[in-house]
Amino acid sequence: MQVTMTVNDVEVTREIEGRLLLVHFLRDVLGLTGTHSGCDTSNCGTCVVWLDGEPVKSCTVLAAMAGGHQVRTVEGLAKGAELDPVQQGFIQCHGLQCGFCTPGMMMTARALLDRNPDPTEAEIREAISGQICRCTGYATIVRSVRWAAVHEANAAAAVTETTESREAGEIDNAGQPAGSVV
Amino acid sequence: MTTVHERVDTFHDNDQKPVGYGRMLRKEDPRFVRGRGRFVDDIRLPGMLHLAILRSPVAHARILSIDTSAAEASPGVKAVVTGAMLAEQGLAWMPTLSNDVQAVLATDKVRFQGQEVAFVVAEDGYAARDALELIDVEYDVLDPVVDARRALEPGAPVIRDDLEGKTDNHCFDWETGDEAATAAVFARADVVVSQDLVYPRVHPAPMETCGAVADFDAVDGKLRLWSTTQAPHAHRTLYALVAGIPEHKIQVISPDIGGGFGNKVPIYPGYVCAIVASIVTGKPVKWMEDRSENLISTGFARDYIMRGEIAATRDGRILAIRTNVLADHGAFNGTAAPVKYPAGFFGVFTGSYDIEAAYCKMTAVFTNKAPGGVAYACSFRITEAVYLVERIVDCLADELGMDPAELRLKNFIRPEQFPYTTKTGWVYDSGDYEPTMRLAMEMAGYADLRREQQEKRARGELMGIGIAFFTEAVGAGPRKNMDILGLGMADGCELRVHPTGKAVVRLSVQSQGQGHETTFAQIVAEEIGIPPDDIDVVHGDTDNTPFGLGTYGSRSTPVSGAAAALVARKVRDKARIIASGMLEVSVADLEWDKGSFRVKGDPGKSVTIQDVAMRAHGAGDLPEGVEGGLEAQICYNPSNLTYPHGAYICVVDIDPGTAQVKVRRFIAVDDCGTRINPMIIEGQVHGGLADGVGMALMEMIAFDEDGNCLGASLMDYLLPTALEVPDWETGFTVTPSPHHPIGAKGVGESATVGSPPAIVNAIVDALEPFGVRHADMPLTPSRVWDAMRGNARPPI
Repeated sequence: MQVTMTVNDVEVTREIEGRLLLVHFLRDVLGLTGTHSGCDTSNCGTCVVWLDGEPVKSCTVLAAMAGGHQVRTVEGLAKGAELDPVQQGFIQCHGLQCGFCTPGMMMTARALLDRNPDPTEAEIREAISGQICRCTGYATIVRSVRWAAVHEANAAAAVTETTESREAGEIDNAGQPAGSVV
Repeated sequence: MTTVHERVDTFHDNDQKPVGYGRMLRKEDPRFVRGRGRFVDDIRLPGMLHLAILRSPVAHARILSIDTSAAEASPGVKAVVTGAMLAEQGLAWMPTLSNDVQAVLATDKVRFQGQEVAFVVAEDGYAARDALELIDVEYDVLDPVVDARRALEPGAPVIRDDLEGKTDNHCFDWETGDEAATAAVFARADVVVSQDLVYPRVHPAPMETCGAVADFDAVDGKLRLWSTTQAPHAHRTLYALVAGIPEHKIQVISPDIGGGFGNKVPIYPGYVCAIVASIVTGKPVKWMEDRSENLISTGFARDYIMRGEIAATRDGRILAIRTNVLADHGAFNGTAAPVKYPAGFFGVFTGSYDIEAAYCKMTAVFTNKAPGGVAYACSFRITEAVYLVERIVDCLADELGMDPAELRLKNFIRPEQFPYTTKTGWVYDSGDYEPTMRLAMEMAGYADLRREQQEKRARGELMGIGIAFFTEAVGAGPRKNMDILGLGMADGCELRVHPTGKAVVRLSVQSQGQGHETTFAQIVAEEIGIPPDDIDVVHGDTDNTPFGLGTYGSRSTPVSGAAAALVARKVRDKARIIASGMLEVSVADLEWDKGSFRVKGDPGKSVTIQDVAMRAHGAGDLPEGVEGGLEAQICYNPSNLTYPHGAYICVVDIDPGTAQVKVRRFIAVDDCGTRINPMIIEGQVHGGLADGVGMALMEMIAFDEDGNCLGASLMDYLLPTALEVPDWETGFTVTPSPHHPIGAKGVGESATVGSPPAIVNAIVDALEPFGVRHADMPLTPSRVWDAMRGNARPPI
């Protein structure tokens, strides 16, 4: 069968088997290997992409079901050379180690911040609770998302106030996860 | 020996650019956050075929027949291969890392559920899976051996009848320490406490499953193998020995690896199948297991049934520790440990305490379960040893009515006793335990927590405080004692400085997320003064790196990190001679200022390492006898292991109505000697702590009485999510290793080793009102509920 969808703002049309999973369509047909596959039961979340702006587990979506819809993957997260604040946050706060769960985590984090620009630690943990990371123990992922939230808020404030960018230390203190003890 | 303690500030921009050690952003992250990592499953070669493996549905059965005709006729199928076909080539069996053999594809019998029986090669993965369904295997089902306690009973089915003359399921016996001396101490002790403990079978379950892409070029006879391996060089040698391909014609590439935790140390049948398939079809072949295959067939961890005994004086002086262990090694002994250490480094079960005597007797058995036996971040069985000692020390504290912190403080090996030889013969290199323990207690607010607990108990609330103090032994070799199948556990390192002063360092170890591209650049930078950003780290490719044994058992920094520091010093020594020529002074008149050589007493006269690099490759004269170029190679053979330690405190709350355990706080103070990149160290600790929560509360690979694996998916084998773990509180002390060139010790597994006993101790502490002295992992709500009703049972 033929399927047409928009992936990272580019319309693609391909001939596929009806049973092809979206994760395999993205990886094997389009060569977008940033989306991973880590289980067969929708538990691990390494395959999370957006379907019309909502995070979905692409191992549980048939490619055919994505026909006519908008798909966004980790490859479509940065704006050209400029990393999304979520991507920057993961680098700044050591939110990744092996990098395998990272694309899915970042897609979920971006969607969370789009809905809720100032999430609490508990809200972040809830948002990523359908995804598994074996390396980080999650705390640095939570801090990464908070980093992105704080830096986006500051960037927005800087635009409206046309002020100079603030000192890093000031931003960092504001980004301390609520309730944490360090 | 210096000891410094401070807390880690965990939230600030990591934008430092240290020329050497310090909190530095990881060099590997920009590719990962863009989805540009290159994992094995991302490898796509022209004409590549896909391999899928048919696995046994039963735990123990004789294979009567295999009919592959329908599968061969299935659309897209290129080959179907059975064990009988491999046997014709002498490839049906392969050596394990413990000098046992393991079936690549079963020929005579299947010995565990999930064992490899046949494989299909097809044009795509879906077609290969379709064809698996069409292979018809007739089994004569045999009684399985599932309970390790019954494996040696007379009349038990013999699993390993492939071994000549084998009439039972005995795998090995092992002992350490002095049995008679220990018995004598126990006989005169005021107090003896005994406790049975089970460390259940668990699985590392890295997010990336295992797999390989094999590409055999029949013209030049070269095999290129991209595979999920933590030890590419050791694997290359073993493939040469097994497949008969000359070693120089094998290139093993371990690209980005999606987590290892020991799961990717062994050679799995699937890798060999991919190689065979590529040779047979003349095409590149990819094999990637799915999650169920990963959980049911690859290297498990633990599975120790232990009795711990501890002898002490009435006032809390620990005198001796004795243990008896029954180890379940599954169907084949696939343990990855130095061959002279069949029980890994379990011998450190005497822990961090200065005692008079110790003895361990271990029996290992075969069962109809998946092989493996040392994976999951355990530092070669130290996880089990630390769990044993830290659990029975708590049992002793309970018996004596002593505070568990006080009991530990009273019995620590004292700083002046290092290097300290334990009663089982391990030489702890350095340690200063009390400050580490005191820092953890201070961070936790230990006295306040005990007061809070008293108040809560009075109200009927269940709160527990658990302590664990561990000493690990990491960084295997030394090579004279430690080898894997004859390969000494040393590691090579090569450093080249290019004419413009940039450099490339080539490692024999391989990263699965530990950040080697950053840490090793920092180690070299510290020694040679070239910024880490100017140093490229090459690893995970046997054609382009020196030989070495790989990354597991927290050995990268203790072994390869030492190699990196020493090779840089070797280059610096040569650079010093060249600099002396450039500055026209003697070598003795130069001083090193991290990046430049200065003439003593004339600070204006100096050359940078970059100047020297250009001169080394340039047209100008070099001092007499000095060759051009600026590079060196080394193979580092450690003189001893390194012995990191740590103090962990866990606070739990248990809902009395549901028996749900909540890990409220976790304080981890680690001492891994010299700290290279604190951000990466903290990340290693965090990950291990989450592993500990998983093992203590939810993880277990269980089997039913027929040997069916009950943990065959992530719906059945539960891993911790962000909701089950707290925000970690970390701190550190620094006690450098006296024998390591930069004083560093391993840290990758410390938290996995140390956290489970802290959590279990906290839960048992919370259950004190119910008279509970011990409850085995995994402490799921139902198992805690049973313990609260006096019904604590072992999980197996």
